[in-house]
Amino acid sequence: MKLKRVVVTGLGALTPIGNNIEEYWDGLVNGKSGAAPITHFDAAKFKTRFACEVKNFDVNDFIHRKEARKMDKFTQYAMVVADEAIVNSKLDVENVDPDRVGVIWGCGIGGIDTFEQQVVEYANGDGTPKFNPFFIPKMIADIAPGHISIKYGFRGPNFTTVSACASSANAIIDALNYIRLGHADVIVTGGSEASVTGAAMGGFNALHALSQRNDDPATASRPFDKDRDGFVMGEGGGALILEEYEHAVARGAKIYCEVAGGGLSADAHHLTAPHPEGLGATKVMQNCLQNAGLTPEDVDAINMHGTSTPLGDVAELKAVQKVFGEHAYNLNINSTKSMTGHLLGAAGAIEAIASVLAMEYGVVPPTINHAVLDENIDPKLNLTINKAQKRDVKVAMSNTFGFGGHNACVLFKKLEA
Amino acid sequence: MSDIASRVKAIIVDKLGVDENEVTAEASFTNDLGADSLDTVELIMEFEKEFDIQIPDDQAENIGTVGQAVSFIEAAK
Repeated sequence: MKLKRVVVTGLGALTPIGNNIEEYWDGLVNGKSGAAPITHFDAAKFKTRFACEVKNFDVNDFIHRKEARKMDKFTQYAMVVADEAIVNSKLDVENVDPDRVGVIWGCGIGGIDTFEQQVVEYANGDGTPKFNPFFIPKMIADIAPGHISIKYGFRGPNFTTVSACASSANAIIDALNYIRLGHADVIVTGGSEASVTGAAMGGFNALHALSQRNDDPATASRPFDKDRDGFVMGEGGGALILEEYEHAVARGAKIYCEVAGGGLSADAHHLTAPHPEGLGATKVMQNCLQNAGLTPEDVDAINMHGTSTPLGDVAELKAVQKVFGEHAYNLNINSTKSMTGHLLGAAGAIEAIASVLAMEYGVVPPTINHAVLDENIDPKLNLTINKAQKRDVKVAMSNTFGFGGHNACVLFKKLEA
Repeated sequence: MSDIASRVKAIIVDKLGVDENEVTAEASFTNDLGADSLDTVELIMEFEKEFDIQIPDDQAENIGTVGQAVSFIEAAK
């Protein structure tokens, strides 16, 4: 059977550097940092006391109070970005065939804030269980696409993908493949996460995964810099409307680009550390190119996983050099996590959006906070350091890797004329 | 309005996101105030917490209106 072509027709974002697509892109090209001292909880005793929080966001501006209080923040973020993307796509939600519209969402953790609150309340009580009836449906990671489907009546494929920090890239790839195979005409995909909480920050601190640059949060996320000391926790969400090409053309939709392919692999190495030679990362980029029917030379830009951890950044660049050879020097390599922090399960979504917009505007956002080159990194690579670069990006790659050794890679390409 | 009735009303307004003047004694949680099955369970639990009482499941089934809630709580106190 011939696979159907899939295009991107709508975008939505709620990020630490901008609360909609326009603001997000503005933050990206201007090298804005989203990091600041934590306001969501008292972090005074934590090793890391800053994060990239969503700012100036009042859920009541978007969702009725009665509904909002039945949602953990990660679901609230999902609703807001899905709404923006649906509006942006100009999809006629009243007249589209609801059985042919799905929602495939990515989330690494789910409602950890809800979980914490309810368990703390239980632990502080006399042992009598007084759990709120909304505890479970607020917490479970699959509830976000459930809420989106209920709001719009979309009855197509509906679930959440969980692969830690690769979750929403997995969601995008699943959405791509379900449309390719004819299971749906349109899929609302993306991801959201809301893990700036005591348990999440404490847990990641215990793993020595987070930067502890408390004296200068804005420069803490510094992928590829010699003095990087861990990732910066972020939160928020991103949504993309993926649509079967003919369906999009028939309704005269604006087409941002084609989703050319997706790659998947596992490191099969360690719970949290990447394979030192980037074995799984190499495989996933190769798989993705093959899936897209593209060659390494076709690629113009890569938005890296690039979390700003000592091991991960070097291993990923080694993998890039293995996959791309000499062409690696022609690539615009960047890590938008230098600005947004690491949105865990939502990272794949907002970074895919950054790749799509880089093609749309012909600009590659920078890797900010770069001061000193790591001697383990080839200085001839163009890491798009500190300033955005103009580039006619025809093919863009986005990498995301998750704890557990899950790797996912997505390729977008400009629609051929 | 009794102290109990006003506290019950405040909980309902908070949890169901409804207007205060909709919360009349005759108002049904599900038919008039938009509660679904989970909302109703939550309301009962909030009443238990607020008034430090126990409302067994078989009796909770009989509390369908604002007035029935107030009467039950008054009797239980």
